Order: sequence, then structure tokens, then C-alpha cells
Amino acid sequence: MSVPFLADMLRIRRLEEKCAELYGAGKIRGFLHLYIGEEAVAAGAMPALEPQDNVVATYREHGHALLRGVPMGAILAEMYGKREGCSGGRGGSMHLFDAGKRFYGGNAIVGGGLPIAVGLGLADVLAKHSRVTACIFGEGAVAEGAFHESMNLAQLWRLPVAFFCENNLYAMGTALARSESQTDLCAKAASYGMATIKVDGMDVVAVHEAARQACAQVREGKGPVFVEFQTYRFRAHSMFDPELYRDKAEVEEWKKRGPIHSYTARLKADGELTEEQFLELDRAAIAEVDAAVAFAEAGTWEPVAELTRHVTAT
Amino acid sequence: MTITYREALRQGLREALAGDPRVFLMGEDVGKYGGTYAVSKGLLEEFGPERVRDTPLSELGFVGAGVGAALGGMRPIVEVMTVNFSLLALDQIVNNAATLLHMSGGQLAIPLVIRMTTGAGRQLAAQHSHSLEGWYAHIPGIKVVAPATVEDARGMLGAALEEPDPVIVFEYPALFETKGEAPQAKVDIVSSKLRRKGGKVTLVTYGACLPKALKAAEEVDGEVIDLRVLRPLDMAPVLESVKQTRRAVVVDENWRSGSLAAEVMARIMEQGFYDLDAPVARVCSEEVPVPYARHLEEAALPQPEKIVAAVKGLFA
Repeated sequence: MSVPFLADMLRIRRLEEKCAELYGAGKIRGFLHLYIGEEAVAAGAMPALEPQDNVVATYREHGHALLRGVPMGAILAEMYGKREGCSGGRGGSMHLFDAGKRFYGGNAIVGGGLPIAVGLGLADVLAKHSRVTACIFGEGAVAEGAFHESMNLAQLWRLPVAFFCENNLYAMGTALARSESQTDLCAKAASYGMATIKVDGMDVVAVHEAARQACAQVREGKGPVFVEFQTYRFRAHSMFDPELYRDKAEVEEWKKRGPIHSYTARLKADGELTEEQFLELDRAAIAEVDAAVAFAEAGTWEPVAELTRHVTAT
Repeated sequence: MTITYREALRQGLREALAGDPRVFLMGEDVGKYGGTYAVSKGLLEEFGPERVRDTPLSELGFVGAGVGAALGGMRPIVEVMTVNFSLLALDQIVNNAATLLHMSGGQLAIPLVIRMTTGAGRQLAAQHSHSLEGWYAHIPGIKVVAPATVEDARGMLGAALEEPDPVIVFEYPALFETKGEAPQAKVDIVSSKLRRKGGKVTLVTYGACLPKALKAAEEVDGEVIDLRVLRPLDMAPVLESVKQTRRAVVVDENWRSGSLAAEVMARIMEQGFYDLDAPVARVCSEEVPVPYARHLEEAALPQPEKIVAAVKGLFA
């Protein structure tokens, strides 16, 4: 049985459910932004990338880091603030990094990663590397100047960047229609002459197909592509969000289209998955989370004497 | 051979581009136009549009692209037309360039050089004349240098490109026509330097104020230290000098409040208090946006006569 999309979505879901629990227990502090509901995007898009490719993500990046190959234990240890974390405990939930996996964060300034992705793409053009830089950001970023400057630079210089926009409809608590005069995100990218794809972000198979198509085009040297994944966040923006800005009925309506159960139902209907097999995948995900918790718990605190490390590389 | 500060900057750029294929220059009007101040004139023809890259007016975008290109293995030199325009890129400089190494637990070094002009003196008014070196020198994670001599104008860029961390190079249009020798292609970007021996007072300065301090020093038997590197500060030559002169005046084009001068004064107080015979004084810019009218602009800036007056005040 090989259903990697499902296994990956379950791994993210189980990890983040545990994160919420650990936040309640005081093990994780700071801001914690959960991806629950949006897993189909990471699970479908990340496998479209090759090991040599670059990834630039946002502060809601646990799932992308995990599927890029950052070990779950290192991710959780980072959220604990332990030195065994993937950023040595200096970054936390919003700043997961792994240079070896070419995972460049973990950026908590909305839109802050886009110019970096442009620069990574420029470096690859100048050094004649065949790489795609996948730049993941939310729809809130399209209001930032950084988005527009980056769209223009990427298209002007025909850089090998795939812009993956996760449109979950709310920038924190502000709905797209309350903040944008043009709510068609692809139209914005298209205004720079960029190729665009709009896809149902709750459908992992459709996501994968769109991401694969976008990466293929970028890899062929045809310039950047903008992909809008239409998705929805089931949980609050962060752990401090009372969710006053949206109706419970709306959330319930989207949950009916939840990426994990809808894909599971489809696999079962097609005879590609049994309930027992589903439970087996789920148990494996839970076991991985348990091991990650044990790893994070066993982690160590960096001595305060080392406080000023990593400020400069010299 | 005597060359101008402007020619020295161009020579430094040419040497950097010729010496390392990873180096490229990017910024507004650096190519076809030849550089706003003609610093990069001729380099497009010599190195081609890939490596002398004109950008749109997108400071945030292209400075951030410099961060990304540095991450991607290149050695970008990003030119921002003036320090005032760099405020449009402040997010990328402070939140990414200066911070990624630390946030990633030491994994992601950013070998990026950002060049920008700074300072007043040419009647360009309040949006092209400010001195914000002190702001940048406040930020952990970046190195800040200020070439005030022709030799440093040529050599500091090469030294900056050898750094694994972001370096901001401030260039001074007020000095562009200054002539001097530039015998060394390589200079250090670690130390402050004695520019004039003197006996009565230590004048600590940098950038466009250096010639003003040197002029004042003639009148008051001043010893002049050029800080050169604004972060991290090299205080040893300053403290050594103060031990001899027992008096110090800091000359800085920053506004007085929260200026780099304030930091230098604090360090003299912390580390050299018992060597002093008088309180440390400073000559800074007046607390006003730089005005257009020539007489007002001159009045707003440190001038040799203000420095002389400040020195005399220490002996009153």
C-alpha cells in the first residue's frame, strides 16, 4: 500500500494536534500558527520538488518543513526551545530552518520571504544551477509591496521561482474582500505577465498536479509561475485568536471538505484503501509524533553563556 | 598615483568584479546610466548586464534579492542610491540580512555587501542628505564601515566581500572629489586609525567629518582618530589617545540625540573616565531635517569652527 499524500497529511495533522496540546501544557510558547485544514497544499506541493530545489516558507510552516525532510523531532525540539531543535532553539515555531535540506525558513514578516526567493532564483541563474525555488506565502502577503516588487523582478528577469500562494481567505482576522480591491489573486500575478494556475487546495491530487505542472514549467526555463491554492484554516490564526471574525457555520462548511477525510473517502471508494490500512497509517503518524515528543523532552537547554553566539559568522 | 575618492570607489568595484565570478553589482541606474554619482561608469561595458544589473525602483525587492542571492552562494554588491532610500529596504536589512544567521542557529550566513551614499553638504534637502549610520550601527548581525579616505574608498569593498556577514558600506558624496593615494588594494575593516598626531585633544570622527576634524585640529593641536568601522567599534586607539590628551570631542554628522557620537562618548566614559580632565564633548548635526538653503544647511552640520569652539570649551 502506498498512499504518500495521505500518510503525509496525517503526519502533519497528528504533529500539530500534539503541538496544540503541548502549547496548553506550557511546553511550547510564543506564537504557534497551526496548519490544520491546509495539509493538502504541503502534502501535494512538496513532492513536486527535487532535493536540489530551494524552499522559502512563512511562519505557518511546520508541515512544509516536515515534508521537506526536516526530522519531526528536530521540529518539535525547536518549538520547545531546545538546542537539538532544527534552529538550535533560537527560532521557535515561526523560524524553522534546515540548510542541508535547502529549507530557508520560517519567515515571520508577511511577504518577507518573497524577495529572498527572487534572490535565490537569481543566484541559480547566475551560477547556472538547475533549481526551482518554491516560495510559499499566504494571501495576506499580496497586500505587501514586497509581493509586487518580487512578482515584477521574478518575471522581468525570468527567474526559476514557483510562487505558491496559500489562500486561506483570512489575513489573521481580515477577510480578503475586506482588504483587497482585486480579490482574484491570479489576476494580480498575471498583471506582471506571469503564468498562473488556480486550484482547489483542499484536493491533494489536484494540488500535486498543479505544483508539478508549475515546477516543470519553471525547470524548463520558462520563467516563474504563480499558483493559488484555495484552502481554509480550521483552527484559529494563532493560539491567542478568539475567532470573532468568522462564522462557526462557515468553518463547519469548510470542514466538510477537509483534505484528509475527503481524500480517504475517495481512496476507499476506489478500493485503494481499507479502514484497517487507514488506521495503520494513523498509528504510524502517532508513533512518529510520540517519538518526536520524547526527542524534544530529552533535549537540552543551551547554556546562557552561549547567548551571543550566531550573531555573526566570524 | 593620485586619484579621486570616486575613482577609488570605481577601482574597488572593478577589482571586486574581476576578482571573483560570484560577485555582481545590482541597483538603480548602476548600469546604463553609469551610477547616480558616476561611480560605476564603464562597468556595464566591461562586465556585462548579468553582473552589472540595473534594477527597477524596488529597494525592498532588490535588497531582499541580494539576501537571497547571498544565501544562494553568490557575493552580491547591492547599491542603494542614498541612505534615505534604504529606509524602503529596512525590513530586509534588519529582519532578514541581520537576523537569519541567528534565527537559524548559525546555519545561514549572509555574505552581502550593501553600498549607499550618505550625508549632506550639496543642498539636496531633507530626503537626500541624512546621516543614519548610527541606526545601522545599532543592529547586531551587520558590520558597518565608513571610508573617509581615498585608500579606504578603494580597499574597503574588497575587505567587505571577504566577510561572511552582511556589511553596509557608507560612501560620502561630500568626499567624492577628494584626491589622494590609494596604494593598497586591501585594507582591514577591523580597526580605527590615527589620522593626525596632536597633543591637546582627541577628535574622534568618521566619514565626511574627517576633513573638518583635520582642519580644526590644525588650530587646536588635535589628535584625530578616524573610526572607519562603525560596528563593531574599535575603541583601543581612541582610549590610547585620550590617555595622552586627557580630553575628547566626538564629531559626528548624526543628529545629536541617540547619535553614534553618544555611543562613543559612553564608551570613553566607561573605559577611560579616569584619564579625562574634562567631560567628553560632541559636535553633531542640529536637530532639524537638513534644510535646502545653503546657509541653513551649513549651519545644521558640524563645521571646523564648531569643533574648535567645542575644544576651547573643554579648556574654559
